[in-house]
Amino acid sequence: MSPVPADAVPPLIRLQGITKIYGTGDAEVRALRGIDLDIAGGEFVAIMGPSGSGKSTAMNILGFLDKPSGGHYFFGGAAVDHLSRDQLALLRRNFLGFVFQGYNLLARTSALDNVELPLIYQGMAISQRRQLAREALAKVGLNGREDHHPSQLSGGQQQRVAIARAIVTNPDVILADEPTGNLDTSRSQEIMELLSDLNRTDGITVLMVTHEPDMAAYADRLVHFVDGCIQSDTLNGKVAADAV
Amino acid sequence: MLYEAVRLALQAILRNAFRSFLTVLGIVIGVAAVIAMVTVGQGSTDQVEADVSTLGTNLLMIRPGQPSQGPGSGGGGGTAASLTLKDVDAIEQQISSVAVATPSNSRGMTAIYGNANYSTTVTGTDNRFLTARSWAIVSGRAFYESELRTGTAACVLGETVRQKLFGNGDPIGASIRLKQISCRVIGILEVKGASSFGTDQDDIVLIPIRTFQRRISGNQDVSMIYASIRDGISTEKGKANIESLMRERRRIGPFEEDDFNVFDMKQITSMLTGITSVLTGLLSAVAAVSLLVGGIGIMNIMLVSVTERTREIGIRLAVGATERQVLLQFLVEAIVLSLIGGLIGIMLGLALGLLGARLLAIPFSPNPSIVLAAFLFSAVVGIVFGYFPARRAARMDPIEALRHQ
Repeated sequence: MSPVPADAVPPLIRLQGITKIYGTGDAEVRALRGIDLDIAGGEFVAIMGPSGSGKSTAMNILGFLDKPSGGHYFFGGAAVDHLSRDQLALLRRNFLGFVFQGYNLLARTSALDNVELPLIYQGMAISQRRQLAREALAKVGLNGREDHHPSQLSGGQQQRVAIARAIVTNPDVILADEPTGNLDTSRSQEIMELLSDLNRTDGITVLMVTHEPDMAAYADRLVHFVDGCIQSDTLNGKVAADAV
Repeated sequence: MLYEAVRLALQAILRNAFRSFLTVLGIVIGVAAVIAMVTVGQGSTDQVEADVSTLGTNLLMIRPGQPSQGPGSGGGGGTAASLTLKDVDAIEQQISSVAVATPSNSRGMTAIYGNANYSTTVTGTDNRFLTARSWAIVSGRAFYESELRTGTAACVLGETVRQKLFGNGDPIGASIRLKQISCRVIGILEVKGASSFGTDQDDIVLIPIRTFQRRISGNQDVSMIYASIRDGISTEKGKANIESLMRERRRIGPFEEDDFNVFDMKQITSMLTGITSVLTGLLSAVAAVSLLVGGIGIMNIMLVSVTERTREIGIRLAVGATERQVLLQFLVEAIVLSLIGGLIGIMLGLALGLLGARLLAIPFSPNPSIVLAAFLFSAVVGIVFGYFPARRAARMDPIEALRHQ
């Protein structure tokens, strides 16, 4: 049950019969067995499922880090499943932001330099880069920590730096892979508040993989993966709960 | 983007400053060795040329003996008839291209003054020796004609001998002993320094040739004749003239070989500089091998670095770096690294060259084209040995790279 009518403007993301097969012959592993998924701009989608269910593979394909073995992927209405490595890099650079479980910041590099990184590859001039990076850090509540290295920041702060890096290019989509997996409950809640705020205020589409129902509760929509297939795709009850 | 790549490279290099230093050590040593070798080699070549010009480039040396013998080889000339004072006069008077000719008989002897004794070279000659060698008397006087004719025991000292025997005292008028001869000091020669053969030219005592013949050698032989060629006349022409005169005087038949040698200082110069440049070339080649080894060292460390920074590469790819951007980053890093090594090596090499020049008492002659070549070579080393690791980095799968611990 897709929340977007099929005949409206094309959804931001449309997966049609996406398959992913690793290996060949006896060693063949079918990670995705035909995924159909539409995601509209501005949605906050939580992807859940047991390990090995294909949710990470789906995230990699959604994030242009991997190519599907079969099926079609339309991003903003354009087919992207046949693009080259470098073309996919350009899509990541201009339209996506990544947030990982392990933060994935450059060690021994200041928060500001970490946030600037995507802008360097966009070829932006240094003064403009600095300013945007400062703004992004301020947005995640880290003003004053620009010169801190990851080792000088707590886990929650590091994840905020990672989020700042993800939003500094003003992306259409944030892909968050277990963003709270390494954090305690209250830090996790802060990160989730931040993500939903970015989703609500800035209209950034958020795709988040998680196996914690508490975190999934922040999303508008829940997609359950089992065995390489989508088992269920539901609107989150939280919306209703908030309305009460 | 290139500017960014250089900035990133410097950041990465400084982040691991000590390891970066060890990485480039091979390049540093290679470049330093090549530059030091070439600098010292060039310096000694310059020195030989300068020495020869102090000796007089228009100077020929005539010795009895077979032509194969070098200028430094033994005195007597084996079975060949020796030269005489008449030969000296004949060369000077009958050959118009010769300005002066002078005999020179030398023997190592101990000079004694008071308690001081010093082992030196005693040369029997005349005043034309000073003209031929362009050597001035700085104190006292040259020999009188009468002293030369009668073979008086008078001597002119080189600076080294004066220093050893008299220290700061004034030797003019004093008597020194050479063997059993008591010899009055009449003059001091100007300082000449070391010769191209590495000998101290100031380590010399001049006495009249007749005194040498009567009281030291006990015969009428002249072991060597210096002939200086007039300005504007080629030494080759002077040499040919002397050879034909000597063949005539020594009655050598048209098909017989010379039993004497005429050495041209230019020949000696080119022989000496030839040896120097062959040595310099060989040593530089050995040093260049260490540049190659240095390059392999850079490749090794860059490969380690790429593996170690797999996750970093994954992050860069995830945020949208293209293959080319990652390739450029690591390539530039290798180039910057080896250029830094090259620069340190150039400075170290010049410093070593300066030190070597000081120790060997030769001119410091840095060669700008070698410095430039060393710099460019280090850049090439960076490109060649940095390309493979950089390509490996650029081709990484972002998912694998991000998963890497």
